[in-house]
Order: sequence, then C-alpha cells, then structure tokens
Amino acid sequence: MNPGGVDLNRPREGAAAAALSAVYGGLMRAVEPPINRLQRAIGAARMPYFFIAPNLAIFGIFVITPMLLNIWYGFTGGTSIELASRPFVGGENFASLLRCADYLDPASCERDRFWRGLYNTGFFVALQVSLMVLLSLATALVLNRRIIGRGFFRAVYFYPVLLSPVVVALIWKWVLQRSGALNAGLEAVGTTPVQWLLEPGWARFWAIFVSIWAHMGFYTLILLAGLQSIPAELYEAAQMDGTPGWRVFWRITLPLLMPTMLVVLVLGLIRAVQVFDEVYVLTGGGPGSATLFMVQFIYETGFSNQLHILGLAAAASMILGLTLLVLTLLQLRLGQGTPA
Amino acid sequence: MRTTWRNPILAAIGLIALMVPASAYAQVELRLTWYSDGGEGDVMRDLLNRFEQKNADVKVIMDVVAFRAINENLPVMVQSGQGPDMARVVDLGGLSKFYLDLTPHLPDPAYWHANFEPFLAWMRRPGDAAGISGVMTQLTVTGGFINKTLFDQAKIPVPGATASWEDWAKAASAVAKAAKIPMALAMDRSGHRFAPLAIDQGAKYFDAQGNPAIADAGFRKAAEMLVDWHKQGIMPKEIWAGASGTAYKGANEEFANSQLAYYYSGNWQIGQFAKQIGDTFDWTVVPEPCGPAACTGMPGGAALVAFAGTKHPKEVARVMDYFASEAVLKEFSERSLFIPAHLGLAKKPLEFRTDSRPARDALNAYAQQVAKIDKVAFQYQGYANNRLMFNATVTRLTQAITGELTLDQALQRIEADVAEGLKEKAK
Repeated sequence: MNPGGVDLNRPREGAAAAALSAVYGGLMRAVEPPINRLQRAIGAARMPYFFIAPNLAIFGIFVITPMLLNIWYGFTGGTSIELASRPFVGGENFASLLRCADYLDPASCERDRFWRGLYNTGFFVALQVSLMVLLSLATALVLNRRIIGRGFFRAVYFYPVLLSPVVVALIWKWVLQRSGALNAGLEAVGTTPVQWLLEPGWARFWAIFVSIWAHMGFYTLILLAGLQSIPAELYEAAQMDGTPGWRVFWRITLPLLMPTMLVVLVLGLIRAVQVFDEVYVLTGGGPGSATLFMVQFIYETGFSNQLHILGLAAAASMILGLTLLVLTLLQLRLGQGTPA
Repeated sequence: MRTTWRNPILAAIGLIALMVPASAYAQVELRLTWYSDGGEGDVMRDLLNRFEQKNADVKVIMDVVAFRAINENLPVMVQSGQGPDMARVVDLGGLSKFYLDLTPHLPDPAYWHANFEPFLAWMRRPGDAAGISGVMTQLTVTGGFINKTLFDQAKIPVPGATASWEDWAKAASAVAKAAKIPMALAMDRSGHRFAPLAIDQGAKYFDAQGNPAIADAGFRKAAEMLVDWHKQGIMPKEIWAGASGTAYKGANEEFANSQLAYYYSGNWQIGQFAKQIGDTFDWTVVPEPCGPAACTGMPGGAALVAFAGTKHPKEVARVMDYFASEAVLKEFSERSLFIPAHLGLAKKPLEFRTDSRPARDALNAYAQQVAKIDKVAFQYQGYANNRLMFNATVTRLTQAITGELTLDQALQRIEADVAEGLKEKAK
C-alpha cells in the first residue's frame, strides 16, 4: 500500500477476479442444464449420492477393494498371486504368526521375525512418540515466546518435514556410517570411531533420533497453533495475580493445550506404528533384526523375498490394521471426553 | 455457414492415406527387462540396435532396472500377467514355470542343445528334459579378489594355490592391520557366495534322494567360521550384519576404495573394477580358497529368458536366436568382459576388449577355476528352489552373527525356513 492507503495492485487483482468469475460463471451455466435434467430424473433426494459417487468410486477401487483382497489373501495359502489358485487355509496364517512357546522370547516363536518386528515396533512407538511429544511441546513453548529470530527458528524446525523420508535417511546414513561425518569428527578430536548403525543399541537409538528429527517440526507446528489459540487474557490475569511460571504452565497452558496434545499424540502414534521408509533406508532393518519393524516384515514376507508368502504378509498387515483401529477408536473415545 | 459433406470425406481419405504407410511398416514392440553390473547394458543395446537395423519389423525396448527389482518385482509382474516379453534373470529355476519354450519357434534347436545344454537344464521346469527357455548372458564363478598393492606394501606373502580359508583370513587380517584399513576379508551377503566356503568344509546341501539337507557338519563348520570372523573383526559388520532379511549387499565399493584386503565375490565384478580402479592400485584374482573337502567356487550366471505371456513368441525367438548366435555372444562376452556359457566358445580363445591387464588376468584366472568346480556346487546351482536355501542361509546366519540366535538355533531355523518355503510352494 502507498502512504495514501490506496492499493496500487487492486485494479489488476480486480480484473483477475472478474476474469475468474466470468470463467466460473460460464462453467456453471454450462453445467446447470444437465444437472437440472438429472435432478428431475432421479429426484433431489438422490442428488448428494451423485456428487459423492466419483469420490466413493476412487475410495472403493483404491481402499476398499485392496482391503477385501487382503482379507482373501490372509485366509488363503501358497505363493500364487492369482486368487483362484490360492487354497483356503482358514486361520492358519494367523495361528502361525501368533504361535509361541514363550511370548517374551521371540526365538521361541514359530515366526520369530514377526515377533521381533512387533517388539521393535512397540519399543520404537513407546520411546519415539513420548520423546517426540515432549520435545515438540518444549520447542513449541520456546518458539511461542518473543525470542530473537523466531521466524528463522520456526522455519528451521519445520524444514526436515519437507524432505522425503528417503532423503532424510540418506543424509543421516552419510553422517553415521563407518567413514561418515560423525566418526570423522570423533577421529579429529582423538576419539575412537563408533559403528553407529552396526551396534543394535546405537542403531535403535539413531532410528528413533532420525525419526524425531524428521517429523518433530510438523507436531511442533500443530502445538504452536494450539498455544496461540489460548486467550492472552488468561496469562494477563495470572500475571496480575503474581502466579509463578510453572503454575501458569500446569494450570493454564497444559489443560487448554490438551485437545491439541491429544491430536499430536494420536497422529504420532499412528505414524510411529507404520514406521518403515526412513529406517529401512537407514539401517535396512539391521543389524540382524534390531531395527526390523512390522511394516518391513510385511513388505519382506509379501514382496521382497523371492518366495512371496502373501497370506502370511496379509495376516500380519491385518493384525497391524487392527492395532491402528484400536488406536483410532481410542482417539475418538478420548476426544469425546476432552473439552474443545 | 453451409455444411458440406465433402470436407469430412476428404478428411477421412487423408487420414486413411496417412495410416497406410504406418501399417505397412508396423513394428512389433518387445520389452526386455534388464539389469547391469557394469557396462554390459550398453553392449546389449548396441547389439540390439544392429538387430533392429536388419529386422525393421521388431523393436526391442530395454527397461533397465536395479538388480533388486529383478528378484523382487519381476516375479510379481510376471505372475500377474504384466511381465515383459524377455528379461535378464538370475533366479534361473525359480521362475521356470513362467518361461516360454522357444523350441517350436527356433530355426535350429539343435544348435542350442549342442552349445547350451548344461545351462538349459538350469532353466527347465521339473520333469522337462528338452525345453529351451533362454540363453545365459554369462557364466559366473565365485572367487576372491585381493588388493595386491596392499599385500605388497604390508610385505605379506600372497597365500598359494592350495591355501585354506583360514590362511586367507590370517593373511588378509595381517594386511589390514599393517595397512591400517578397516576391512580385512569380506564376502557378499549372499547364500550363493557362502556356499563355496560350506562345500569346501564338506557341506553336501542335499540328501541321497536329492532333497535339501542343509545343516550338516560341513555347513556348520563354515557357519562357525563366518560367525567367528565377524566376532574377531576379520569380516566387516557392514556387509552381513548391516542388514536384515535376505537383502543382498556387496563390498565392491569398499574394495574399489582400497578399504578391503580380500573380497570374495565373483567374476561379474571384473568389468566395473577395471573401470573404477584403473591404475589406482593393483588388484588380482587369487585361487579359490580350500577346505578339507574341496577348493571350489560356485557356478552361476544370468540368463536372458523369454516369458510365456508374450504375445509375440516368434519375434521373441528371433531376438533370442540372434543373441545366442556364436558371433553375437562372442562379441557380447568380449566387450562385457564376461565368461560365455557357450560350449563352442569355451573351446576358442576370446579377445577380451580391455586395456586393463588386471582385468585380462582376472578373466583368465576365473576361466581356469571353472574346471575345478565341485559337483555339489553344480547340483546346488541347478536346484530349482536354491533361492529358498540361499535366502534362509543369509537371514539366519546374520542373526547368528549379531547374537540374536545361537548357531544351533540358526541352523534349525534354516532347515525350518526351507521346509516351510517348499510347503508353501507346493500349495
């Protein structure tokens, strides 16, 4: 705007809006007669189905049909991809996955790698989600304050979210491999290099670290939006009453941020249960099976090994699907009890 | 404006006139799925271009994919009817039920039987004794490469022709220590590459009836050696322990970067080593390490196969017959630095087209090792379900290396995985 308060761009914007409006109006006029004819033919009550039909068709083809196919595969055996050539085996695939002499010892299970994947996923979810929620909250609290370079830091934290998981993993692999940047740094200061991705403990640590690094920005942004929606008057009142900072956090910030925290928690949980891409590129599931997760087990069983045991993979994916369903229902239940 | 009937008719006539030449020269388009270890894809393309010049009615489109896609994606594509007309594969027997028998479409099947018979058997379905489904693009033999410069600098004598695996491990360790490099001895993460070590220790892999019987004393001894070498730091964890499941990993980059003293892989690496290493250091192929039972390498190779799902079997057969001809296969082998799996060519000298002396020496060394391959190794390579055995070996021995399973548990799991796989395949 110029000092006189007149927007010099307005005439151009106005012309563009008029052109868009003309195009839109033309389109509507072209569409209206056939739509009217259709409405007369099928009745106004059925018209909503007509409008959602394309979306339903896409959903049906790409979501419902694969789900039904997956169920079919889960209850059939063999290695053929053709449905007709797959013999019905009932619950054998599920039983095979779940059969264990001692559920705390994966080596005693018939499908030991499934259980290793399950335990690894559980461990990953517990640590990654709790750490990520805490770190995202801390970061959001800091970025919500009036600090120098706030915009820059907000961008910095969000930047990894924009990267492809494969790129994230390749960057960190370059840093963490035997002759990587981190070991070069350690050697430069006279410290012994560490096999970061080849020791099970370290590999698990880095899988969690990299995953948090890659996704934290997204959750920080959601929490930041939640923080900014808390009315400023509450803080002003607390300040006037001389309420200490920690009490303000416990009594005002945290309760009012809870609905947003819940969203973050559930989204983080679902994302963590599905972990695959960045860890697969970073560690390949190794060393051994130290970072083998459920989705990788499903992928390897169904597609990666030369012998494609599709039934077993489908059964495992149904178990994973049920886990996600429980988490989603939990979100709905908790969401109902939380004031908006 | 007045509507006239002349314009549409004239337009239609023009369109038909345009279409006539197109149909007269209509080409059959064939798709070939290919992977490359080195520069052989360029050689193949060049040879196919020459084929297309003489056969204007056929066009071959090469879809060059990663090696991994050949093993993981191609079988699914073929099974779902979306496969190519031809592909370069390494799981020769595993995909045999999808192959096209070229016999009725070949002008001279006798030529194929005379020159490829031992290898044709690797691509046949159980019970088929005469089918022709493809041609080997190369015969491979596993074997060891050493960084000769490092051995010389470390003043460690290179072990001799009858040196054992233990001798090589000891020498490689001494070189790595003296040269201060991180890796002494590496082996590709592959059940195929592990097999020579096992056969040398006396592994038989099959019982008297020809059924898989893996975990015998020889196999166990080899597995113990592999685990111990990792524990002692002789073998780098990056290759076998650095992955999960059946993923293949090679140490070719580490070898080319002079980070590795001894690399057990195979002759398919020669082309890329000649290209990548150049004059950086001297490298050479050394004799097969020995064990109490043998000093064998493992045969193998890749084959160009035709799939039964093709809509153009005659044209596919023409392409295959062209590639299998002695002159073309000779040129392909000489330019790609491959050992040809052609009995006629095996009796003739080949002029490998490389200026690299190490590459020429390596090719000769591998050619000499072909004659020393143990019969167990041939039996293992020829077994249609050998991939099941390779995969179980890699997955479970890795778990033994990382301590997830004891060696006993790993061996039991290998047996169980193979039995389970065979059961699933039989359903």
